[in-house]
Amino acid sequence: MSTGYEAVIGIECHVELKTATKMFCGCANVFGGEPNTKVCPVCLGMPGALPVPNEAALEAIVTTGLAFGSEIPAFSKFDRKNYFYPDMPKDYQISQYDTPLTQGGTVTYWLEDGTHKSCRLTRIHLEEDTGKSSHAGSEDGRIAGSSYTLIDFNRAGVPLMECVSEPDLRSAQEAVAFLEALRRTLLTLGVSDVKMEEGSLRCDANVSVRPIGATEYGTKTEIKNMNSFRSVERAIESEIERQIETLTSGGRIVQETRGWDEFNGVTHSMRSKEEAHDYRYFPDPDLVPLAIPREDVARMKAALPELPWRRYERYTAEYGLGSKQATQLLDNLALASYYDRVVACGGNPQRASNFVLGDLSRLANEHGVAVADSKVSPEHLSELVALVESKMVNSKIAKELLERAWEGGGSPAAIVASEGLAQTSDPAAIERFVDEVLAANGTVVADYKAGKENVLGFLVGQVMKASRGKADPALVNELVKKKLST
Amino acid sequence: MPADSIDIRYVAQLARIALTDEEIERFGKQLGDLLGHVNALAELDTESVPATAQVVESRNVSRADVERPCLDRETVLEQAPQRQGGFFRVPRIIAE
Amino acid sequence: MDELIERSGAHIAAEVNTGRASASEVVDATLSHVDAVEPAIGAYLTVLHDAARAHAARVDERVRAGERLALAGVPIAVKDNMCLTASRTTCGSKILEHWIAPYTATAVARLLDAGAIPIGKANCDEFAMGSSCENSALGVTRNPYDPSRVPGGSSGGSAAAVAAYEAAIGLGSDTGGSIREPGAFCNLIGFKPTYGRVSRYGLIAFASSLDQIGPLSRTVEDAALAYDAMCGFDPMDATSLDRTPEPTADALREDLRGVRVGIVREFDTKALGTDLDAVYAKAYRDLEALGAEIVEVSLPTAAYGLATYYLIAPAECSSNLARFDGVRYGLRVDGGDVRAMYDATRAAGFGPEVKRRILIGTYALSSGYYDAYYVRAQKARTLIARDFEAAFAGCDLIACPAASCAAFPFAAKSDPYSMYLMDYYTIPMSLAGLPALSVPCGWVTPEGGEFPMPIGLQLCAPLFGERQLLGAAHAYERATQHALARKPLPAQVRA
Repeated sequence: MSTGYEAVIGIECHVELKTATKMFCGCANVFGGEPNTKVCPVCLGMPGALPVPNEAALEAIVTTGLAFGSEIPAFSKFDRKNYFYPDMPKDYQISQYDTPLTQGGTVTYWLEDGTHKSCRLTRIHLEEDTGKSSHAGSEDGRIAGSSYTLIDFNRAGVPLMECVSEPDLRSAQEAVAFLEALRRTLLTLGVSDVKMEEGSLRCDANVSVRPIGATEYGTKTEIKNMNSFRSVERAIESEIERQIETLTSGGRIVQETRGWDEFNGVTHSMRSKEEAHDYRYFPDPDLVPLAIPREDVARMKAALPELPWRRYERYTAEYGLGSKQATQLLDNLALASYYDRVVACGGNPQRASNFVLGDLSRLANEHGVAVADSKVSPEHLSELVALVESKMVNSKIAKELLERAWEGGGSPAAIVASEGLAQTSDPAAIERFVDEVLAANGTVVADYKAGKENVLGFLVGQVMKASRGKADPALVNELVKKKLST
Repeated sequence: MPADSIDIRYVAQLARIALTDEEIERFGKQLGDLLGHVNALAELDTESVPATAQVVESRNVSRADVERPCLDRETVLEQAPQRQGGFFRVPRIIAE
Repeated sequence: MDELIERSGAHIAAEVNTGRASASEVVDATLSHVDAVEPAIGAYLTVLHDAARAHAARVDERVRAGERLALAGVPIAVKDNMCLTASRTTCGSKILEHWIAPYTATAVARLLDAGAIPIGKANCDEFAMGSSCENSALGVTRNPYDPSRVPGGSSGGSAAAVAAYEAAIGLGSDTGGSIREPGAFCNLIGFKPTYGRVSRYGLIAFASSLDQIGPLSRTVEDAALAYDAMCGFDPMDATSLDRTPEPTADALREDLRGVRVGIVREFDTKALGTDLDAVYAKAYRDLEALGAEIVEVSLPTAAYGLATYYLIAPAECSSNLARFDGVRYGLRVDGGDVRAMYDATRAAGFGPEVKRRILIGTYALSSGYYDAYYVRAQKARTLIARDFEAAFAGCDLIACPAASCAAFPFAAKSDPYSMYLMDYYTIPMSLAGLPALSVPCGWVTPEGGEFPMPIGLQLCAPLFGERQLLGAAHAYERATQHALARKPLPAQVRA
């Protein structure tokens, strides 16, 4: 950073787990729905109701921790975090204070240029979500200036994982790459939909700056209200800029919470003073401690699927795919699975990737169908890859074959055989076509010999046409040039 | 052990209960009195004693991730102190 | 029929099961009696006339169809801190004065399933905080043995109802003594099971790690029947115990041969005055006469029970009662903003004792004080539990007073701490989670009192020792029959 300052960033995010039911009761865990229809005495905080933890949520967080190489302690518990707010049904939140279900861990992420870095995790813990408030009566739906608030408790009690990272990130881009890596892993594990637009991923950033080379941390601010990865990037960049400007002009950074204003592209202070909440944490007496057996941990570890970073390494180091291609595949798990099956059938992984990400995805987008749901089976695509690889068909024929396979045409190899679409690579046969074309296009030949070299393409095209597209275009090119030079 | 008096005003704020001046004084005395008795716990040697986490020895009680019936919305809202359509309604929240 | 309602629950169930009486007849007789004596006793905040009749009709159908129900037609009082669908459930508080519960507590549901009939929701100290029922914001309950005296608390309404024949069995909740003490004050068995034996789902929480539901009854057998019907794991309560059921009804003994009874050295009954000292001395001799071996045991940390309890219970209740905020149910007092609404609602809705406990509890959990108060109290609790463990190495049961005096007059204990002292003997068992009960052991006319008042002997067993506890209590009850020495007053209470 030419300013002489470096940014120090940590991310804190909340991930909604996609269990079938809520964290402490059997109400359905679904997004949307008519307000206050997915509630019961427990998640409404009615008198006499008691929480009972969802075993799928417990398993999800342990699996997540294992995926990041976190430590799973032998003993854990739930604690009450006491504070009053209208979207809190019990006016305390069941959370975890000093014995989170996972400790430590690392998220490996990679940047656009392919360089990879890691960011350490401090912890991940389990807690319950609050209800949703809508503030009415103000111009922009914000709290300030509102005259009353409406509350829907459908979301109250949904299981949340709170993931806290160490301040290892050094730029807004790194922060986004970290989030993307986190997201990919959570999707691979199937524990959450991780959609910021639906609230199943929410994140805050802690941002500070310090002179390059300094070892002490600068004062940090907490940035909230970022609704997309793009917002996260813009907000962090804006805050870094603001902090550097403040410091270089002799000002001080106030430790505070700042809200990102998407419309104006700036952060605003949300609190005039740092108000410390006394949450009065204590172990929840309605819940018994969790003793996580080591055999269960070992079983869950052994059952982990191939994680994104490992898959990225396989794609880039073993298959030789570029970083961008590998990332594209990884951002769509269904596509990556499809791709893996194609490669498993045999064939060049790079060429397979070109097909999958190129023409096949284009067709899929045009038709509004997912690749994995199309009629092109991985086996058939693999055949096509092999046909192209062995030069049995040229790329034009290959494109046609793909279109036909898309329509449900079946095995490309069979089609080639039955319709005689194999590429002609026999030099004698091609030579006959070349001779025919040159004979029929005397003026063009004369033009070429007179120096108009760009007419070569026309002549090659004519040969391709004469061979009904089956000639090996490279050979044609070579032969035509040769004949013209004599 | 801390002193025999409590900042009643501050604690009442945390607990969201409005107290009259008379109550603040009366409760201050009564709870100070109780604290005096409670401070006797300092006489016990609890250095190497674990805090009781739970009287019962159970661990890992949890439930299967299976749906149970929700409450009917009318039942839920008919006793709401104030409702608006399908929502609970409360007065404005002054952001702190 | 009128005398039937003075009989035990076991007897009533036998009559109904064999067709000699119908549940509907029992309920009608009970309800007439309730209507007659309630003005004098005030046990119920809500009498469930229609619901009781509907339940009775259903029980009669089931019995006619051939079912035999353990509590067929038995009228029960349900303490008003337990949810019962469609019934007003107030906890004796203005903040829930009009709240109708949308679901039923598991323990209550199990009793109803066994054929019991809910007669009414019984008065109690507000949110179960108190030892006299005087902290109820919604009604006054009088001791059926002397209307100028309290019935005890916090389950005073259930105790008075059973003592005055307005129910055969009452459900109470015990956190520091709230079943045992009113049991002692009203000439009843008051039984608190091991923590976790009976589900707390639907019991409006006071102190989560201490609360337990238990029966108040006129006989040990009835307490056993009710307990057997209620106990057992509940998937809706993570603190309920998942153990193989151990029914108690067949464990009721006739003697105490082979049983070692521990008398607690630190609980010297001389401190209770000559009359009470004599009653307890006789009680211990009677235990011995039944074949028990009397031994001395020591509970050195028990003296710290009050201090320990009055940190832990308020701390938990300060958090449990936060939900009463005017947002989703109950009383709301309007304020210009949410914060003002909370402050005004809770100020108006809670009585002084509840406020005191919320304040001290909030303080004990607050930053800077958590270790010195809450954590230290939980450590003291461990020491108390260890004391009992050590004592039970040398005995099978512990015997001691249930309370330091008989039922006292209204307003006699206006200083809060003097009221807290009423739980002195019962708190240590609660802290250790042990099963304990009170059984009538004599009568004393208190100084300045007009009538002899019942005195309760507390028996306590090791964890999960309900069988030996009820078994021994039965032997003592059978041999001494103290409860039968007097009938409740006034005259109209007697059917």
